[in-house]
Amino acid sequence: MPRVQLRELCGYRAGDKGDIADVAIFADDDETYDVIVREVTAGRVKEHFGSMVRGAVERYEARNVLALNFVLRDALGGGGPRSLRSDSLGKTLGGALVRIEIDVPDSLAGRRRPRPDVAWADEILSSLPQR
Amino acid sequence: MAVRIGGGQGFYGDTPAAVDGLLADGIDYLCLEALAELTLAILQKDRQRDETLGYTRDLPRYLAKALPSVAAGRTKLITNAGGINPTAAARAAIETAKQMGVSGIRVATVLGDDLKPRLPELRDAGMTFANAESGASFDDFPGEPLFASAYLGARPIVDALEQGADIVITGRVADAALFLGAAAHAHGWGWEDWNRLAAGTLIGHLLECSGQVAGGNYSGEWWTIPHPWDLPYPIAEVEADGTAVITKPRNSGGRVDFDTVRHQLLYEVHDPAAYLSPDVVADFTSAAFTDLGDDRVGVKGVRGKPATPTYKALLAYHAGWSGEARAAFSWPDAYEKAKATAALLAKRAEMAGLAVDEWCFEFWGANALGGPTAPPPDDPPEVGVRAAWRCADERTAAVVGRELIPLTLSAPPAGFTGMGRQGGGRPTELLGIWPALVDRKLVDENVRVTIEEVG
Repeated sequence: MPRVQLRELCGYRAGDKGDIADVAIFADDDETYDVIVREVTAGRVKEHFGSMVRGAVERYEARNVLALNFVLRDALGGGGPRSLRSDSLGKTLGGALVRIEIDVPDSLAGRRRPRPDVAWADEILSSLPQR
Repeated sequence: MAVRIGGGQGFYGDTPAAVDGLLADGIDYLCLEALAELTLAILQKDRQRDETLGYTRDLPRYLAKALPSVAAGRTKLITNAGGINPTAAARAAIETAKQMGVSGIRVATVLGDDLKPRLPELRDAGMTFANAESGASFDDFPGEPLFASAYLGARPIVDALEQGADIVITGRVADAALFLGAAAHAHGWGWEDWNRLAAGTLIGHLLECSGQVAGGNYSGEWWTIPHPWDLPYPIAEVEADGTAVITKPRNSGGRVDFDTVRHQLLYEVHDPAAYLSPDVVADFTSAAFTDLGDDRVGVKGVRGKPATPTYKALLAYHAGWSGEARAAFSWPDAYEKAKATAALLAKRAEMAGLAVDEWCFEFWGANALGGPTAPPPDDPPEVGVRAAWRCADERTAAVVGRELIPLTLSAPPAGFTGMGRQGGGRPTELLGIWPALVDRKLVDENVRVTIEEVG
């Protein structure tokens, strides 16, 4: 079976509550949603994060918006105001999650989400006084 | 008729600039959500220094924008900017109004979320204050609670609005409840009308993070969002039956579509089928969204169940002191050099007899953010090391970083450089968060709304 990284199939957003990180992923269509429901299990996510997530991982389904939400416990170095991490609020864990590679049917094998074009940012930056 | 509610703040530190766009577009209610979990900790430190502080101090900057609309009777303002000192926030609001020459408006203050003075009484009444996350007993609470706040719901806000308040200032009211309060008051929703309460809570949840529903923190094609340097804040047009349209001011940048809305729907919700709020248990998976085009997304069909008998409370404890230091290395062998230097820092701190209870080493350019999910570094062009540490006392935390400086010349890896200016290097106080559940009746019996008219 072909394998595809989740970044090609899903959007993501992450946040926190205490020492819990909440990470949601959003499929682009029904077919993709069914695949991620099958492949991206709580166990798979727990294994992916390894030593970063010390507690349990739970998964919730929201089919109305083609999304899965993962609750990662004991995941933020003690929680926002206690954590020594730069990302004490877990904002970057969505990006970390979509590194996961999953088995997909042939119909999704060539999926590729567009890559950023930040020509407008280059234009702004090149107009600034810098040396 | 639909009531128009604007989300004008997503956290303490957000910009009031986009509030202008909301007011110009016309809103009946401006809700300012100022409190993250972390914020109460920041405000606690303020109040420790000065008893007249403990609220979010950017409130007057928001009021400066909103007061003309409030005074003209166009818009009512609801905010939890009171933090852990709503009385002081109301005083600041009244002072701002006077300075602007605004009179004839009513400022309501909601009190009763602060449980700290009531802890012994509540414990006697059978509240265990066991840690709702870890299950730990309150007997193991480290030291004295620095603050203890219950998450109140929308009812006291509606009480205040019914008493004619133009501005409602609360402490720890749940984020979405600010918005539910506006909708419930405008449409006269009952407190057991679970589906409408759930709809109002969901709408509030979508609006409570300001730009985050309008193209902010967005993982889709974020580089195509119009005017990304000036993201608008969101508006909900809420009908009496609880259906709504999520949108943004006309002629603004940003984007509101199905994708930006669903990104926000699941933000920090745990179980989306049972989103626990003080007013209702909302089922976010029951909502049907329709992308209407033109930056308008319809929401309908939201279902809810009766609220739980408890409120969430948040307590905090002193958890030591932290400091941090940085250094960077270039190719070749940047990652190995950075790791070696981290080890040398730890070794030197130990030799100096500095007691460090916890270390955190991050290797920027290798795996600082991704940790074990990042691929193994493959000879990266540069790597920065950020070391952070926790110590029991402030003085130790302050001096650990000094052990890094001599390594500029006296560490074997070649090419040690700083990462920008190191700053004052003052230690940061760490606070542990302790969530708990408390009987809502015991909290509600102490909730009060007071109203003061600006003469």
